[in-house]
Amino acid sequence: MTATRTAVRVRGLRKIYRPARYREVAALNGLDLDIGTGEIVALLGPNGAGKTTTVQILTGFRRRDAGEVTVLGTDPAAADRAWRARLGIVPQQASDFGELTVGEVVRHLAGYYPDPHDSAELIDAVGLTGQASTRLRRLSGGQRRRVDLALGLLGRPELLVLDEPTTGLDPAVRRQFWGLIRQLAAAGTTVLLSTHYLDEAEALASRVAVMAAGRIVAAGPPATLAGRDTGTAIVSWQEGGVPRSERTPAPARLVAALAARAAAPDGEIPGLTVTRPSLEDTYLRLIGVTPHRPGTPEDTP
Amino acid sequence: MTAASSTPSSPPALPAPALPAPVRPSPAGLTPALPSLLRTSVSRGRLEITSFFRDRESLIFTFSLPVILLVVFGEVFHGTIGSTGVAFRQYFAAGIIASGIMSATFVNVGASVAADRADGTLTRLAGTPMPPAAYFAGKAIGALAVAAAEAGLLLAVGAAAFGLRLPGTASRWLTLAWVFILGTAACAVLGLALSSLPRSPRGSSAMFNLPYLVLSFISGVYFVFRDLPPVLQHVAALFPLKWLCQGLRSVFLPAAAAVAEPARSWELGEIALVLGAWLAAGLVLCMTTFRWLDRE
Repeated sequence: MTATRTAVRVRGLRKIYRPARYREVAALNGLDLDIGTGEIVALLGPNGAGKTTTVQILTGFRRRDAGEVTVLGTDPAAADRAWRARLGIVPQQASDFGELTVGEVVRHLAGYYPDPHDSAELIDAVGLTGQASTRLRRLSGGQRRRVDLALGLLGRPELLVLDEPTTGLDPAVRRQFWGLIRQLAAAGTTVLLSTHYLDEAEALASRVAVMAAGRIVAAGPPATLAGRDTGTAIVSWQEGGVPRSERTPAPARLVAALAARAAAPDGEIPGLTVTRPSLEDTYLRLIGVTPHRPGTPEDTP
Repeated sequence: MTAASSTPSSPPALPAPALPAPVRPSPAGLTPALPSLLRTSVSRGRLEITSFFRDRESLIFTFSLPVILLVVFGEVFHGTIGSTGVAFRQYFAAGIIASGIMSATFVNVGASVAADRADGTLTRLAGTPMPPAAYFAGKAIGALAVAAAEAGLLLAVGAAAFGLRLPGTASRWLTLAWVFILGTAACAVLGLALSSLPRSPRGSSAMFNLPYLVLSFISGVYFVFRDLPPVLQHVAALFPLKWLCQGLRSVFLPAAAAVAEPARSWELGEIALVLGAWLAAGLVLCMTTFRWLDRE
């Protein structure tokens, strides 16, 4: 086993597209990213932020125009078969192999890898034993996605890249997916996840990286991303039967003041809540969209 | 109804299957070898054949069209070729086998690669350690199998209904073998080479059928080649189908029919040369033009 501490290292990555002859658009504009071995990192960002381009460059599908990229100790632009065998990719929704059965597809693709999982074991692990002899065309959306995951895991990858893995899945199946991904990470697999779902990022990722306009605008654990744990909090309470709300950088001080001022006879403050910005609020602020919070009273200065 | 059964319960818990450990402890310094090109090619070929024979629509279309053409036109066409005394039906039967081979290879391979591009197969394969050449080899193996089935079927119908005779000598069988393999491979590789052109899988079928149909009309399938206007003869001689037809006539028609060819002989050397050249050109085109992913 190669003992690299860093699974992915990206510095100053640039990618330019030419949609028309004399027009250039920088899809990636100086992107930096580090992923440690065994981490689950979620790549978040609106459509067009460059998530797919980043994933495609990291997996050796696209060339870059500038910057340094190292994935599992190798430059993906010079990728060979041995490097590919250490990487697992779960692409966005696919409909390939429609006429073949789950078992046939898994056994066939196992034949590309030097040390694949046992096909039957893997099919069992993703919960498809009952569908092993069903053609892929006849599977439900969730079953189809599990096949995709099984194919990504087939070669015992050191790095698993998931492109919107749970789009279109029902909540129960999503949770099962998350369980599988957590299990993998616990066993030492590094996971790079591109997703639109903030709850998925929050539930899975040890770190999230938010992309906007071709670069990472913030990265960190979901709970502390962009200082959301220490930033402005919203304290809400009831005073004289009227709901009140206040933004403050020092919620403890405000609550102490309220306890002295607005407490009921039992010593409690009616309707008291202290809310930090949610991951979604933080995300929307980072990508330049003002969070809209219906039902929240305006600030009382 | 008991109280217990009416209690709203949380959704049934999904099984949480244990995943096999991702990294298998292996003896230090000993990495298992990557599977060989031969093994992966054979595996790809088997997969292509299985997929093709399970796709009922393309199966029926590929196999029935040439048979229908053979039966319908075989009933319409009468007379003999020039002064050779050989029935035109026999000439036509040999031609439709060649045409069927081109449809089973050039059109089918081209359209199937376009479908592979559209449904995500190519992206999936490009992300695995499969040697890229195994994909091309698999398509060629699949094309050979489909073309052999197609040729066998047409041969059976032609022999039963139109007096087509199976090769009587070992040297004719040998000619059949190399003409078939070279023609199939050249047409399959050309289909692969052109597969990067269509932008949508819907357009691909039309794109591959157009040159196929045009060539069928000017290459000596439906008409005696020597009776075509010289300009068309010269154009057709640049492409593989004319030579594939001629090669198959040399196998299935009596030796007396050779005088009906433009050169008054079968020109086996020229056939090998032209088909071989197309195979080589197709391979070069494949290597230079093939796209695993959509255009950037």
